[in-house]
Amino acid sequence: MDLHRHLDDELSSLRDRVLLLGGEAEQALERAMYALTERDSEVAREVLDHDDQVDHLEVEIDRQCIDIMALRQPAARDLRFVISVAKMAPVLERIADHACNIARTAIDLNNEPELKSVLDLSRMAEHALKMLRAALDAFTSNDAVTARQVIESDTEINDLYNHTFHRLIELMVTEPATATRDARLLFVAKHLERIGDYVTDICELTVYMAEAAFIKHSN
Amino acid sequence: MNNSDYIRRANSAFMTAMTALCTLLAVGALLIILSHIAWQGIGSLNFQFLTDSPRPVGEGGGIGNAIIGSLVLLLLASGIGLPLGICVGVYLSEIGRGRFGGAVRFIVDTLTGIPSIVTGVFVYAILVLPMKHFSALAGGVALALIMVPIVARTTEEMLKLVPHSLREGALALGAPQWRVTLGVVIPAAAPGIATGAMLAIARVSGETAPLLFTAFGSRFFPSSLNEPIASLTVQIYNYAISPYDEWHAQAWAATLVLMTLVLSINIVVRILTRKKF
Amino acid sequence: MPVQTEPPKIQIRDRRPLRGADEAGTAKKVAVRDLNFFYGRVQALHNISIEIPERIVMAFIGPSGCGKSTFLRTLNRMNDVIPGTRVAGQVLIDDHDIYAPGTDVVELRRRVGMVFQKSNPFPKSIFDNVAYGLRINRVTSSSSELAGRVEQALKDAALWSEVKDRLKTSALSLSGGQQQRLCIARALAIRPEVLLMDEPASALDPIATSKIEELIFDLKKQYTIVIVTHNMQQAARVSDTTAFFLLGKLIEVNSTEKMFTAPNEKLTEDYITGRFG
Repeated sequence: MDLHRHLDDELSSLRDRVLLLGGEAEQALERAMYALTERDSEVAREVLDHDDQVDHLEVEIDRQCIDIMALRQPAARDLRFVISVAKMAPVLERIADHACNIARTAIDLNNEPELKSVLDLSRMAEHALKMLRAALDAFTSNDAVTARQVIESDTEINDLYNHTFHRLIELMVTEPATATRDARLLFVAKHLERIGDYVTDICELTVYMAEAAFIKHSN
Repeated sequence: MNNSDYIRRANSAFMTAMTALCTLLAVGALLIILSHIAWQGIGSLNFQFLTDSPRPVGEGGGIGNAIIGSLVLLLLASGIGLPLGICVGVYLSEIGRGRFGGAVRFIVDTLTGIPSIVTGVFVYAILVLPMKHFSALAGGVALALIMVPIVARTTEEMLKLVPHSLREGALALGAPQWRVTLGVVIPAAAPGIATGAMLAIARVSGETAPLLFTAFGSRFFPSSLNEPIASLTVQIYNYAISPYDEWHAQAWAATLVLMTLVLSINIVVRILTRKKF
Repeated sequence: MPVQTEPPKIQIRDRRPLRGADEAGTAKKVAVRDLNFFYGRVQALHNISIEIPERIVMAFIGPSGCGKSTFLRTLNRMNDVIPGTRVAGQVLIDDHDIYAPGTDVVELRRRVGMVFQKSNPFPKSIFDNVAYGLRINRVTSSSSELAGRVEQALKDAALWSEVKDRLKTSALSLSGGQQQRLCIARALAIRPEVLLMDEPASALDPIATSKIEELIFDLKKQYTIVIVTHNMQQAARVSDTTAFFLLGKLIEVNSTEKMFTAPNEKLTEDYITGRFG
């Protein structure tokens, strides 16, 4: 059947694109954190330059989703897939944006002396990256079980955030000299916490796609 | 390429010419007949001829009674033959599926092929002999018997042409079968049935042999259906085999009148079936 | 100046709210139990069991030859007119088995109306078409009452304004879409309880189709509607519940939203996503 071969091809290409976007978000986060911990502003600038491509990819995905809906009228499983991709792309793009914000902060911080407190953030970032990878894997294999597990692990990031928050506030009070730098790190922590939330969104979409269950806002 | 193309075109032109020639022959023959009749008959045609009854040789006379007689016979035949034929047609189309219907259809088809003289002899045996005299009634019955199979078959064909969806539409509204047939199917096929009827009348108006045994013929204007009655066809026969030139001339004129009658019926049918509802 | 103390009400500007199952009737209008249907020795329907509540639109979908039209026609016994068909099982309308011996089929078809794929108006006037069902069932007692019912039926079918000045003209002069709406008016005139529609818009252009779909949406306030369609998007647009048939079996019945977003059966999903059929 010629027509549905076209649909299958288009769905495959859409899947490839969204996984590419996911990879871009992963990479942006990883490299932004590298720029921060290894104090490498060059890498940070690369992340910032690359963001245009990420935005462009998101727009392409958006357009393709609309075309598929208009021209192929997908139903059932295919419909849930396309809708999930359409909602997932902006989420991935925002993750990449947060990574860019982290990169900018890295550039600012690298102009100033090193801070110890950076290492705590590495743990948060590790966890966030792990969650993101797991979420994307679950999406690729339509795995609602793993997706649910990833949602659970968001609490870890939130706990880490709260801990880091209090630590940094403490530091800002006890060592006013590094206050500005600590403030910047606080923002990085917030970015990472937000990224954790976004990964949760991705998992909720995966659960919807696989099981047709809306679990958004259910907690 | 050019060669075979030339041969193909020459072939085509040859075939076209042959079919045109055949058409000319057929139409030409008809035209020759018609014009010969007209030429021979027109001389004797006048008002007196059309209204007078036959007179002995030498005194003129006409075919007035024959014209009226033919009309009476046709009316009688239609009155008997059309309702019967249409009913049989309705049966065959709407109800008669299966073995019995098939048998009826076969019989009707056979009856269309029976020579009209045989029908005449049959009616002679069942009506004329018991009544001990010829009659217009017997003539009408004979013609009707010839009409019934023709009308039955055309009615059946016309009814079959009514799309099945029309019947379904009526049934789905809660109409019983008889209502569907009477109120929807027959009215939808009415123009076709009427055409068939008129063509049967035209066909039967030219019958001579059966009338010889039933209506027989007469020299007077008809006064009752129980008496023999004249008809154009029998009159033409009688005049044509007579030894008198004057009567031969009258036979030609009567032939012309009969041809005109048949042609008019056909033309009327053509005109009436031009507009479709 | 009055201060607004209440939060502004959110206006939902949707004049066609999606109707949930609880707004429709909860009584089941039609209940089919283990229906098996045979054309001669060929079994066309296998053990169909389904319940159709009142005042909803149920769509039957499935590939060609899956039995959805055959099943639809068992609901008003239109298959009876096809020779050699046999039914086993029960079709209960308002808890009465319509295949029980002694059932008045004509009365059944008054209560269960049908609209066909190809519009089939009778070759009569627009008025006579709509009045046909009323006349044969002797529903009205005066001609003014008849005219009133005809007008109401034409209004219900969204055709009145287009034909009110030419009720006596031939129904065949209407366009395809208008003819189909006329057939719907004809079916509605006798106020059936259930309306069966066999691919009513498949022969129509998109604008005429959307008019019919709009009409169905309005009609479901009063009638139980069952519509067979091969167009899945139409089923999605128009129906509350959808039933998927394949090879004479009922594969799945589900609310339309569920059917088209997350059907229960893999076969259903394969059909809906276009993997076969």
